[in-house]
Amino acid sequence: MWKWFHKLASPPHFYRLAGLWAPWLMGAALILIAYSLYAGLVLAPPDYQQGDAFRIIYVHVPSAYLSLMAYTMMAVASAIGLVWRMKLAHAVAASAAPIGASFTFLALFTGSVWGHPMWGTWWEWSDPRMMTELILLFLYLGYMALRAAFEDRKRADRAGAVLAIVGVVNVVLVHYSVEWWSSLHQGQTVMNEDATMPASMLTPLLTMILAFTLFFGAVMFMRLRGEILLRETNARWVRRMVTGEAAHG
Amino acid sequence: MADGAPDKTPGTVRLREASLRPVGSFGAVVARELQLAVRRPADVLNPLFFFSVVATMFPLAVSPLPQVLEVIGPGIVWVAALLAALLPLNGLFGQDFDDGTLEHYVMSGQSLVAICFAKTVALWLVAALPLVLASSVVAETYRLPLEALPVLVLALAVGSFALCALGAVAAALTVGVQRASALIALLVLPLMVPVLIFGTRAVSLAGAGDPVAGPVYLLLAIGLAAALLAPIAAAVALRISLD
Repeated sequence: MWKWFHKLASPPHFYRLAGLWAPWLMGAALILIAYSLYAGLVLAPPDYQQGDAFRIIYVHVPSAYLSLMAYTMMAVASAIGLVWRMKLAHAVAASAAPIGASFTFLALFTGSVWGHPMWGTWWEWSDPRMMTELILLFLYLGYMALRAAFEDRKRADRAGAVLAIVGVVNVVLVHYSVEWWSSLHQGQTVMNEDATMPASMLTPLLTMILAFTLFFGAVMFMRLRGEILLRETNARWVRRMVTGEAAHG
Repeated sequence: MADGAPDKTPGTVRLREASLRPVGSFGAVVARELQLAVRRPADVLNPLFFFSVVATMFPLAVSPLPQVLEVIGPGIVWVAALLAALLPLNGLFGQDFDDGTLEHYVMSGQSLVAICFAKTVALWLVAALPLVLASSVVAETYRLPLEALPVLVLALAVGSFALCALGAVAAALTVGVQRASALIALLVLPLMVPVLIFGTRAVSLAGAGDPVAGPVYLLLAIGLAAALLAPIAAAVALRISLD
């Protein structure tokens, strides 16, 4: 088990593995996305209250889920990198941040597009989930800005790791404080259809969540390959690979 | 006092003499920071001045009507105080880094967590406490009811301590980074959201004559957690920065 783990953590091995996996993950993700889009946009019946507008959840919910998943992943990888000084863990945290930030933006954007016809406004300050997501986006941006401030990659890794770990406590705190805060301001504008969602609506949502997760994995592996190459520029295996491939071409 | 010795680091000798007990280094660092503040009063006065100017902008920009000021008052006092408390963060470890004091701290064998906690306490005494006191004057001009003033002072005292503690982490992470001020603000402000929510809520409730125990306890909990955990994170961050 440990041997396998050590092998996985070795950059050249992981680089190859990620290269093998990324296209398969991406292929599976695209097929599942196509199916879920068809099932969600065409097969699923319109909502009795919201009509066709509800269909944006097929993009919105998976994005919101991944925005939190990516942050958790970033924080866990940061902790592993900080404690066990694992190079690959820092590369994982660095690659997860921009993807997580993109999904956070997508969740906010789709929420806003949905909110315009439903709530009559592009932006509702009193909605706790919008506020939490917005703060999450700021945390991602802060993390990336901090990393970008350092020339030295090792220092960027470790400073970013401390921030990611401090931030994960904050995400939980922000979530509950914002919820408490908005409940004081007005009755929460809740969507209450979740409880009784029929299978024809729910199944595409679940497959879409799976599809987005696979897509996340594929993009993650591609970014990680880039990160590993950047970090190992001077390593012998990279040089051998580059010159070897050049000889073939 | 300093005969020939470099003026910039009055407390280093005392730090060296301090025993290996964390309490010794804590007292020495706080004393040094206070001494530095006395010799550079601008560090205390500039945030205060900034706070007053920001608080003056809002009646001009929004409305000077008492009923408007009453509503926006607690929030403006809080936001202005938080922004003003951000100003000295860049220099918190920056000057110590530039003149080498920071490396002495790290190599002194003293607990770096205790030193970070001392820096936090000193920062709060020098930069935040005057703001807390000034905020009661500003709140008065914003028509905040007199009975809400103790709540404002208490909440702001706790909230600004949390800001100093978290700000120390951000400052420690960015030691040696050029023009770190904006970066520090970007890192710290999202972390201050819970404090801002509970703090302004407590003051608004107090202004309306309602019980304030809920948000005040939550604020105290956050302040305590920040006081306990943030110096540890700051110490880790300092070691990373000086690696």
